[in-house]
Amino acid sequence: MTAFDETQLDDSTLDGNAIGGQLQEVFGTEMTTAVGTCATCGATAQLAETLVYLSAMGTVVRCRTCTAILLVVIKRGEVNCVDMQGMAALEPA
Amino acid sequence: MSPISRGFHGRRRESAGDAGRVPPGQYLTGDFPVLSAGPTPHTPLDKWTFSIRQDSDTSKSWSWAEIRDLPEEDVTADIHCVTRWSKLDTRWQAVSIDTLLAQVEHEARFVLAFCDGGYTTNLPLADVTGGQAWLAYGYDGSPLRPEHGGPARLLVPHLYFWKSAKWVRGLELLDADEPGFWERYGYHNYGDPWREQRYAGD
Amino acid sequence: MAGTAVRGRLTWQVATVESLRPETASVRTIDLDVPGWAGHQAGQHLDIRLTADDGYVAERSYSIASAPGEAVMVTVERLENGEVSPYLTEELRTGDQIEVRGPIGGYFVWDDAEAESPVLLVAGGSGVVPFRSILRYRAAIGSAVPFRLLYSARSLTDVIYRAELNHPGEGVEVIYTLTRQQPSGWSGHSGRVTPALLGEVAWPVSQHPLAFVCGPTAFVETVAAALVDIGYPPDRIKTERYGGTGATG
Repeated sequence: MTAFDETQLDDSTLDGNAIGGQLQEVFGTEMTTAVGTCATCGATAQLAETLVYLSAMGTVVRCRTCTAILLVVIKRGEVNCVDMQGMAALEPA
Repeated sequence: MSPISRGFHGRRRESAGDAGRVPPGQYLTGDFPVLSAGPTPHTPLDKWTFSIRQDSDTSKSWSWAEIRDLPEEDVTADIHCVTRWSKLDTRWQAVSIDTLLAQVEHEARFVLAFCDGGYTTNLPLADVTGGQAWLAYGYDGSPLRPEHGGPARLLVPHLYFWKSAKWVRGLELLDADEPGFWERYGYHNYGDPWREQRYAGD
Repeated sequence: MAGTAVRGRLTWQVATVESLRPETASVRTIDLDVPGWAGHQAGQHLDIRLTADDGYVAERSYSIASAPGEAVMVTVERLENGEVSPYLTEELRTGDQIEVRGPIGGYFVWDDAEAESPVLLVAGGSGVVPFRSILRYRAAIGSAVPFRLLYSARSLTDVIYRAELNHPGEGVEVIYTLTRQQPSGWSGHSGRVTPALLGEVAWPVSQHPLAFVCGPTAFVETVAAALVDIGYPPDRIKTERYGGTGATG
């Protein structure tokens, strides 16, 4: 079974800039410069530099270093449901 | 209240003249919207296999050629995406999951489909048998494209389309239900479009 | 929950289309009147939300093309299988109302805080839009920071803001590379941005430059990797990926 292959990032892969508005809605403040720590590999990065997959089903944010999931946001009506188990830490700038 | 954007229609939406075929809360589309939840996997066919696993063992595995040797069905189905798109009369070329499961002895009550890229989704065994589910590798007479889940995806049209897992590589047979990817993040465990079971708790 | 006046809270506001003008055959600029606009930084973007009469909603993000202090202006490229961009580039009329929220983003922003660092802007197609904001801001504040814009476009007729970029201002150099079609007599660069071209155009690493790369994902990945290869520290490269056709159009 092929694992995620970073060399095949295609144009549907975005970065944290694309969800700046959604993140600000969720956290109440600008978050593209917030630094997240990956719970899987320990890498730190600003959210603007994460791998982001947008679909109407939800937003999936992955670590650029190890591709593990950092954050998933699902919108249920007006409510954002956020799962941050993939992050060990998240520090707004 | 949001103002209406004059002249905005979004993707071409046909009238729901086939009311009765379109579940509540859905829009009809003539397009086939692609939803990206991860990078598109590209497994070469000579490395591709479909497996049925139980208790951490592979009970049965088929190569691409072996799958293609199995009886092929032409399936026409209405599909309903939880993101509110419904598309009627979609045509697929597929192998029935019944055909695959018939080659394995088991007493499982649930399955967990697993896929390239790490995606999973769970279903009761009763929903992938009895002619309700397929392993689909053709769409509209052409090979299923990677962005639509090719080389092969699960096809379970009576449930919301996230259950029709793209890039599927096998089924794990389970005694107990185990939520898959979107189910763990808040989508409904079962996903019946006719009861609008979109999110957990619906 | 605190109300809309709380700093940091983004709310949707109704904007009215003031004027429209074509930039290229597939690109249109939209000037918006946004009464509640709190101002923006150079490089930020906004979100646009459209609602059809049956309640169907679509949202997209667009970089702000105008400088801080100027009226809100966005430039939209019509993407072939897009859902929103065809509406914004073809159907939208002066006087129409759309919802916007912003400004958004604190990462892809330039604000002259590092006066010692020359800046390299690398744009792929419509990735040039936030750079217009940055260049106009630079001019407005009288900054002397040296800038180079490397702009990759399919052809000269696909170059957005061409007239303005012909007069980029003191201390700003604009270098084009035309990837698909060059006019006869073209003495500029042709073909995609390559490590060799970047090596030629990029500020030397010894000058502690800052680089901004914006455009389709594949373009940004290639350019960012090439900049790292010529010695740019990753934390001196800021990236903004637009996705490709069909991804978000």
